[in-house]
Amino acid sequence: MTDVSTERSRFEADDQGWFGEPGLFGGRFMPEALMAALDELTVAWQDAMADAAFVGEFEQVLREYAGLPSPLFHARRLSDRVGCRVLLKREDLNHTGAHKIRNVLGQALLTKRMGKQRVIAETGAGQHGVASATAAAYFGLDCTVYMGAVDTRRQALNVARMQLLGATVVPVESGSATLKDAINEALRDWVASVDHTAYLFGTAAGPHPFPSMVRDFVRGTGDEARAQCLEQYGVLPDAIAACVGGGSNAIGLFTAFLEDDEVDIYGFEAGGDGVDTPRHAATIHAGDSGVLHGARTYVLQDDDGQTVESHSISAGLDYPGVGPQHAQLAHSGRATYLPVTDTEAMEAFSLLARTEGIIPAIESSHAIAGGLKVAEQLAAEKGPEATILINLSGRGDKDMGTAIEYFGLGEAGR
Amino acid sequence: MSAPVSGARTAAAFERARAEGRAALVGYLPAAFPDVEGSIAALRTMVDAGCDVIEVGLPYSDPVMDGPTIQRAVQQALDGGFRVDDLFRVVEAVAETGTPTLVMTSWNPVERRGVERFAQQLDDAGGAGLITPDIIPEFALEWIAAADARDLDKVFLVAPSSTDERIATTTAQCRGFVYATGIMGVTGTTQATAEGVAPLIARTRATTDLPVGVGVGVSTGAQAAALSEHADAIIVGTAFVRTLLDHADDRDAGLAALRTLTEELARGVRRA
Repeated sequence: MTDVSTERSRFEADDQGWFGEPGLFGGRFMPEALMAALDELTVAWQDAMADAAFVGEFEQVLREYAGLPSPLFHARRLSDRVGCRVLLKREDLNHTGAHKIRNVLGQALLTKRMGKQRVIAETGAGQHGVASATAAAYFGLDCTVYMGAVDTRRQALNVARMQLLGATVVPVESGSATLKDAINEALRDWVASVDHTAYLFGTAAGPHPFPSMVRDFVRGTGDEARAQCLEQYGVLPDAIAACVGGGSNAIGLFTAFLEDDEVDIYGFEAGGDGVDTPRHAATIHAGDSGVLHGARTYVLQDDDGQTVESHSISAGLDYPGVGPQHAQLAHSGRATYLPVTDTEAMEAFSLLARTEGIIPAIESSHAIAGGLKVAEQLAAEKGPEATILINLSGRGDKDMGTAIEYFGLGEAGR
Repeated sequence: MSAPVSGARTAAAFERARAEGRAALVGYLPAAFPDVEGSIAALRTMVDAGCDVIEVGLPYSDPVMDGPTIQRAVQQALDGGFRVDDLFRVVEAVAETGTPTLVMTSWNPVERRGVERFAQQLDDAGGAGLITPDIIPEFALEWIAAADARDLDKVFLVAPSSTDERIATTTAQCRGFVYATGIMGVTGTTQATAEGVAPLIARTRATTDLPVGVGVGVSTGAQAAALSEHADAIIVGTAFVRTLLDHADDRDAGLAALRTLTEELARGVRRA
């Protein structure tokens, strides 16, 4: 592996949080009231990551509490179907059911180190909220979770989980009452409470240092997957794939492979009803450069710069922005981002359940759907030895309500 | 037109207030709330009843610094079909009164229109400058250049959490006045107090000769009076918005209530 320890990788943000060319993607577009807190967080995060004791404790918690490393699984029946090797990084087996536990345990551990006693979080599907409530319970922190009122209704089970874990769930009625509005409300709380409260940002977006910090906490997904692939199969994958909403699971997988130029990188966005309709969340594919939630990135917006409401069958991908590092990876061509429709995702959801006995999150089903298309291309180009590694970022328990409705399940029969 | 630094577009209003031994009253309403014509009528009423400077808000889908009251008004404007071109209509109609008229806006609509184009349209409408609550000077270089080229006022914010170093960096880039946030929080939530704000104002004054206005958390004449002992301007938004929301079904009554509130606040800045 290339030694990049003595100089900044071309994929790292600079001191102001810009990815790639300064001014292009990232930065810190936030009220002055939060600058001191963002500076404090930046220093605390950088100090912590340079402290072997902190990193050791983080790794121990991940191992002993979150059940990591997650396995790398050879999906044989899927592989037979597409004609080459399909590997799944089983983040769905993590405690609380997704990659997100890595991020929140890292941020909550950092919160303890900073001497703060309260955490706030925003959540769309509820997965980050459940993970945050879990981490708060584990570390003994007070926890408030902001969730769009629409999402509280479609993810009632996760609301109950958060409450059981001791968190206060605040439904947000403003705007579209979805994830972006939950982020706005959490930011407003943070402006008023920043002296004693940490904001556990749920994805690799937002103002500097969140995109880099979240990436650092979730990059274990890719580090593990890369090592497991080499150990179990003796080769790097030809391609890797993940779903992209805000992009935390994707950046978690991608980071370890960015310097491996021979590995093609794919992110799959929520194409909703189709990117030629108004109802999708394919931000990189169809968005324009703008500033949302503290960073310059691709944003679904109208001619006046007003955010356009996104749509996805997956609440977890239903976000009109994207982490700025993804914007840079797309802009530079290092990664390729493609849309996957609701229908394609649900077909993949069903396919994975029936071929491998795994019910994935609908978010992850986007990665499966897109990844299998790539796999078919790889098989045609390189034959059965080709390998694609797909991040199965979460499990589908939380999405059963959607699945029951979509497939008309629950009646005896098939 | 080139103006000396002391000739910032809002300067005359601040100098007049200072000459009268009082603070200036700055009043905020979102453009197109309750609708375009209604916002013009309301803002002109505020001018007529004693506001020295006007802030016109640009309704934006994802405001961070706005509390629930202002967001409700902003959402009404957006639901009513607000477009950024409407903003400039409102600015022009208010600036015609001779009262300095600034735009308060989140950053993305400016960037989306193009910073140069936005600045030119603001200038053409007779606007005095921009108040930018979600961008700090280090990230606003393009706006600073565009404003400097046209002598538009650049009002950045300082907060109780700002370090002295950051206050100095911020005030060095301001023209017109400096906006000091009275509380750690968003608009219309908790109330600012003189004891709470005075240290920030003092720290700000140590870095600049510009007037210092206090906003966020200010809504009553009594507060205006108390804060006037420390600040050069009192900035009020949520209270004006609430007055119109409270009279949503009767526009004349809303304007009358707005006049009464403005007069109360104008008396407040004169009681110090």
